[in-house]
Amino acid sequence: MENNKIDTQEVKYTAKDFQSGQDVRWCPGCGDYSVLAQVQRSFPNIGIKKENIVWVSGIGCSSRFPYYMSTFGFHGIHGRAPAIATGVKVANPDLSVWVATGDGDLMSIGGNHFIHACRKNIDLKILMFNNKIYGLTKGQYSPTSEKGKVTKSTPFGSVDYPFNPISLALGANASFVARTIDRDPKHMQTMIMRAAEHKGTAFIEVFQNCNIFNDGAYEPLTNKETKLDTVLHLEDGKPMTFGKDNDKGIVLEGFTPKVVNLNDGTHSIDDVWVHHEKDENAIRAFILAHMNEIPGLPTPVGIFRNIVKPTYDEGVREQIKRVTEKKGEGTLKSLLYSGNTWEVN
Amino acid sequence: MAKENGKVVETVEDVTVMFAGDSGDGMQLTGMQFSDTTAIVGNDLSTLPDYPAEIRAPAGTLYGVSGFQLHFSSTAIHTPGDTPDVLVAMNPAALKKNLAEIKPHAIIITNTDSFDSKNLQQAHYDKNPLEDGSLDGYKVFQVPITTLTENALKECSLSLKEVQRCKNFFALGLMYWLYNRPLDPTMDWLKSKFKNRPEIIESNEKALKAGYYFGEQTEIFTTRYTVKPAELPKGTYRNISGNEATAVGFVAASNLSGLQLFLGSYPITPASDILHFLSSFKNFGVKTFQAEDEIAGIASAIGASFSGSLAITTTSGPGLALKTEAIGLAVMTELPLVIVDVQRGGPSTGLPTKTEQADLLQALYGRNGEAPVPVIAASTPSDCFYLAIEASRIALKYMTPVLLLTDGYIANGSEPWRLPDIEDLEKIEVSFRTEVEGFEPYSRDANLARPWAVPGTKGLEHRIGGLEKANISGNVSYDPDNHDFMVRLREEKVNKIQQDIPDLQVKGDQEGDLLVLGWGGTYGAITEAVDRARAEGYKVSHAHLKYIKPFPKNTAEVFKNFKKILIPELNLGQLSKVIRSEFLIEVESLTKIKGLPFKSIEVQRKIADLLGGGNGK
Ligand code: SF4
Repeated sequence: MENNKIDTQEVKYTAKDFQSGQDVRWCPGCGDYSVLAQVQRSFPNIGIKKENIVWVSGIGCSSRFPYYMSTFGFHGIHGRAPAIATGVKVANPDLSVWVATGDGDLMSIGGNHFIHACRKNIDLKILMFNNKIYGLTKGQYSPTSEKGKVTKSTPFGSVDYPFNPISLALGANASFVARTIDRDPKHMQTMIMRAAEHKGTAFIEVFQNCNIFNDGAYEPLTNKETKLDTVLHLEDGKPMTFGKDNDKGIVLEGFTPKVVNLNDGTHSIDDVWVHHEKDENAIRAFILAHMNEIPGLPTPVGIFRNIVKPTYDEGVREQIKRVTEKKGEGTLKSLLYSGNTWEVN
Repeated sequence: MAKENGKVVETVEDVTVMFAGDSGDGMQLTGMQFSDTTAIVGNDLSTLPDYPAEIRAPAGTLYGVSGFQLHFSSTAIHTPGDTPDVLVAMNPAALKKNLAEIKPHAIIITNTDSFDSKNLQQAHYDKNPLEDGSLDGYKVFQVPITTLTENALKECSLSLKEVQRCKNFFALGLMYWLYNRPLDPTMDWLKSKFKNRPEIIESNEKALKAGYYFGEQTEIFTTRYTVKPAELPKGTYRNISGNEATAVGFVAASNLSGLQLFLGSYPITPASDILHFLSSFKNFGVKTFQAEDEIAGIASAIGASFSGSLAITTTSGPGLALKTEAIGLAVMTELPLVIVDVQRGGPSTGLPTKTEQADLLQALYGRNGEAPVPVIAASTPSDCFYLAIEASRIALKYMTPVLLLTDGYIANGSEPWRLPDIEDLEKIEVSFRTEVEGFEPYSRDANLARPWAVPGTKGLEHRIGGLEKANISGNVSYDPDNHDFMVRLREEKVNKIQQDIPDLQVKGDQEGDLLVLGWGGTYGAITEAVDRARAEGYKVSHAHLKYIKPFPKNTAEVFKNFKKILIPELNLGQLSKVIRSEFLIEVESLTKIKGLPFKSIEVQRKIADLLGGGNGK
């Protein structure tokens, strides 16, 4: 299996070509605007003709996304976007199929469809806008809200635990798992490009600020003062370093990641854990997924895992080809007159 | 009466056989083999498999009894028979469960080996019915089937358990002898089914032949029977179940429309066989997607439809309930889609393996908002083929989801099907929109259908979804007048299909005292009941609805010509309710909710009651 072929010769678009002309109706200041802008900026470079792109969504603020793209679009029902997108893709594997969804849509009502899309490695690109809140229904806690979250539906604080979306995607065997932040446009564009290139289920968690119902959810990760110390940029083949002066590194002691100071003379860059996104073994990706749950450790963004394996949609297509070669193409005659028939004269 | 090898050979017109045994005894297979052979011999036939929901219920129990009823005849028949002439009872429970159903002087063939104290106890028999005289009046043949099978297979390499599992083929062989059927079709089937297991082929063949020769040699059987081939119309036939016919129908529709067939489905009894059959048709380009749940089944089909496939989803009642919201989405997005509901006993999990017609109102009305969906219903196993094509045609022509109702009875039952001439099957015209100039996603043709513009078509990129659509442009619209307009438009579109479907046909006189109005799988029982009542002089006719939304345009006219209307249904009167409210007329309702089809006698008695007979006349 190879990656999706990106052919930039064929089409020359600008970001504007991907604007549908519909009025964008998100609240002013919403992080969704950034996602839309980065997608529109990236798409001229993914080398796919506009008419071959389909955006599918469920329900929620993020799910209005397809209306704002000038590609084919399908605004589905709550939670079902991965299933609808699966039908689009399996029926016609030549299409490039993208899903715009949110933490409520994908992790709650659509959880089942999400894990099975990942498991089957259907060639879908799933962008999950994670604002850790229900926006469109006006502010209930979501399956990614932290425990104790006070919202309209949890006035005394939520008592349940959040999903870790990256870990969930890894657990469901997604072949491409990444995270990015609405406030880091360049990084998001890179992730979108990489997802486009990937053949198989590509999951991108976008940390997205809902400035109306959950403002500042990612404050330490986006604040200029703190972000260099709280965000770890994963880069394939590179040691994991971060910090204002890039003087902190992650080392792996057994299964436990730890932060070390590269300037204190006890550790050198050679001790630092080197990221391999193509690692066949998922264990390290899981450690990364849970890293920010350990106090004092940074939150990784970038590609956690990126492996290549045959996709479901191609598998279906190839099986049909194989069986047809063996049995010959079916005809109405062979359809009806097969099995035990007999004549009455 | 002719004699052959010292045995009397009696010709009979019509026989109903019940094969019954433990759910692990292979009775369904035995019944199906007997049916296929009987079809090939040229009899008309109709079958009623009746099995428990448990795969292997505890051996010997009453609730573990699996039965296969089969009616075959030298004349045309329409039902699996009201009362069996022959009961093959592989154990005491099978005897107990079926005794009340069989004819007073019926033949009973028992496997005496299984009438031990444990099995008798399991079946709640205090005394052995084979010994206490309670079966006097029946023609009981006591055959030690297990022992005889073991003897026949003494030499073979199978384990004792595997040997005992061949006893159904002994019983089958014996029945082949009794009713003068050839062994070849079953032997051919064994050979193709167990290609790589010669020992299985050999042992089952031996058991089959042992049963056959036992009939010939033993003195307990003095008579064997022949049933002459039925005078069926000329043509090529095959025996087909409703589920297989449904699957074949959709593949045909795919071929006739030139569209790839996509099935999104989740396993559910009794609809799973459609998924099984369709997944075997890979060389017809069929794509089957076994989804993670019922909702994903239909959602994936909607996605496939959006991208230009003939898309279908198959389910039974509980699954239809889960698909409700997505059907609404297909209504709003006006995409072609066929939803097949193989109805079973409800509510909730209900009676998974039993038949019922209680999803009609769910099919017609079970959605939020005003969400009109054409509803059609198949009446016999082979009719499923034609209605699968018809459902596809309507869906594609009118850009609408269509609900096709079948039921467990016709889905699992089988009948000989005279295959249509390929040339007689009409092409289904489909044209994808390609013209960019003037494209509006919600503009309409003369049928009020919107254009189908599929991804991959340059210049036609557009967005649709579940929010209300503005007329013509298809943009999201919250405008009150537009919503009012669109709700009425969607209803009008579905009602317009009335101009495009055949009139309701009346069998029998076009006017009279009573019209028996049926729908779906009650067709056979009503046909037989009405035929018999007419033969007795009653002025009764039969009309069978295949189109329930919309009704055929002459429906009201037909009703006017009859003094009374009787609607037999396997529910609490759902069609009756609809007919009363749509046509403002009173109807008589005959209902049965036992998980079993009507017996024709039940309908016949009701006809007599209504027409003042009361005793059959
Ligand atoms: S509610 Fe929150 S997520 Fe929704 S549009 Fe407004 S800011 Fe964005």
